[in-house]
Amino acid sequence: MARILGALTTSHVPAIGGALARGAQDEPYWKPFFDGFKPVRAWLDEVKPDVAVVFYNDHGLNFFLDKLPTFAVGAAKQYVNEDEGWGIPSLPPIPGIPELSWAIIERLVASDFDVTTCQEMLVDHAFTLPLKLFWPETFQTIVTVPVCINTVQFPLPSAKRCIALGREIGEAVAAWNSDKKVVMVGSGGLSHQLEGERAGFINKPFDLAFMRSLIDDPEWAAQYTIPQLVEKTGTQGVELLMWLAARAAVPGAVREVHRNYHIPISNTAAGTMAMAAKDLIATE
Amino acid sequence: MNAQPQIFGTYLFDGAAAQRGYALNKMCYSFNSAANREAFLAGEEGYMRAYGLNEAQAQAIRARDVLGLLHAGGNVYYLAKFAGILKLDVQDLGAAQTGVSKDEFKARLVAQNNQPDHL
Repeated sequence: MARILGALTTSHVPAIGGALARGAQDEPYWKPFFDGFKPVRAWLDEVKPDVAVVFYNDHGLNFFLDKLPTFAVGAAKQYVNEDEGWGIPSLPPIPGIPELSWAIIERLVASDFDVTTCQEMLVDHAFTLPLKLFWPETFQTIVTVPVCINTVQFPLPSAKRCIALGREIGEAVAAWNSDKKVVMVGSGGLSHQLEGERAGFINKPFDLAFMRSLIDDPEWAAQYTIPQLVEKTGTQGVELLMWLAARAAVPGAVREVHRNYHIPISNTAAGTMAMAAKDLIATE
Repeated sequence: MNAQPQIFGTYLFDGAAAQRGYALNKMCYSFNSAANREAFLAGEEGYMRAYGLNEAQAQAIRARDVLGLLHAGGNVYYLAKFAGILKLDVQDLGAAQTGVSKDEFKARLVAQNNQPDHL
């Protein structure tokens, strides 16, 4: 059976792509953010995942308002990254693993998640940046399953529903007849708001409580409705749904490998976490 | 059911906004393509007409009025692509919407580090 190693979570501001393209990782503005990945990469070098299931939100590259799924699962052999309008260099195609995609899709639909399936799917910075941040040199050796959660158009799926989605995906991966090692990736957040007179909103105490909750009480955030999460974290801070789903996809307890929190990157409170699955702890 | 908060300066992009802003957002979505960005810059009025923007939307595009674009149904994920054409980043947008200079807006962001660590 496949083995779930744990979960990785990070913010995904487009400007990070610009900084990577320029090689700005050691500039004073960027260093506190990029340094947060070094201990995570050291852990990944040890545990060596083969597959990443990436929970992210599309920002208007693959999906438009003409057809906008609440939950969409990629089922392609590869995923193409394209220009999102800012001219940031795009990555070469990222390999997929249709066999696992379909195992996930079958499990989700059987458990009443009526997901959209995509055999062609453009992936934007929210999908590619975590790969570049966690595996700067080797991201093309990781095969992926993209899971896109709508945060563009309200109503959004609830925190509780995203946790349930993640849990089913974790069950599907755990039941997958394979010797692959799988890591769950959650891309988004933390608190930030781009639009309106409240633009620039950041909520540090909430973010820090949320990060702690993923270790101690991973359903803590489900007490809040989506509008309450927007109030507490900003209109884009609600992307923390990706973190909730990724964490929920790791069965049982987790150990914190590393966390980093830095204000600001662009308009965003940038967070990064790595969490190791309990059964991994048992063998360490 | 918990009471839903009214949030200052915040626009939830709901079904009403998605209908109101469809043409505007569709135009901004087209800006993923470099050729379309060039076509817009070569003739803004004709490009807006081709996408069927209403007068309020067209006026907000002409005036580079971010709050006006939001009121006209714009979604920030698509509007960011319009901002990209103008070489503006999200801190320029934040400054424009909050009525401060970009440097002041950036300083406000840094000052958020002074928030407490605990709820």
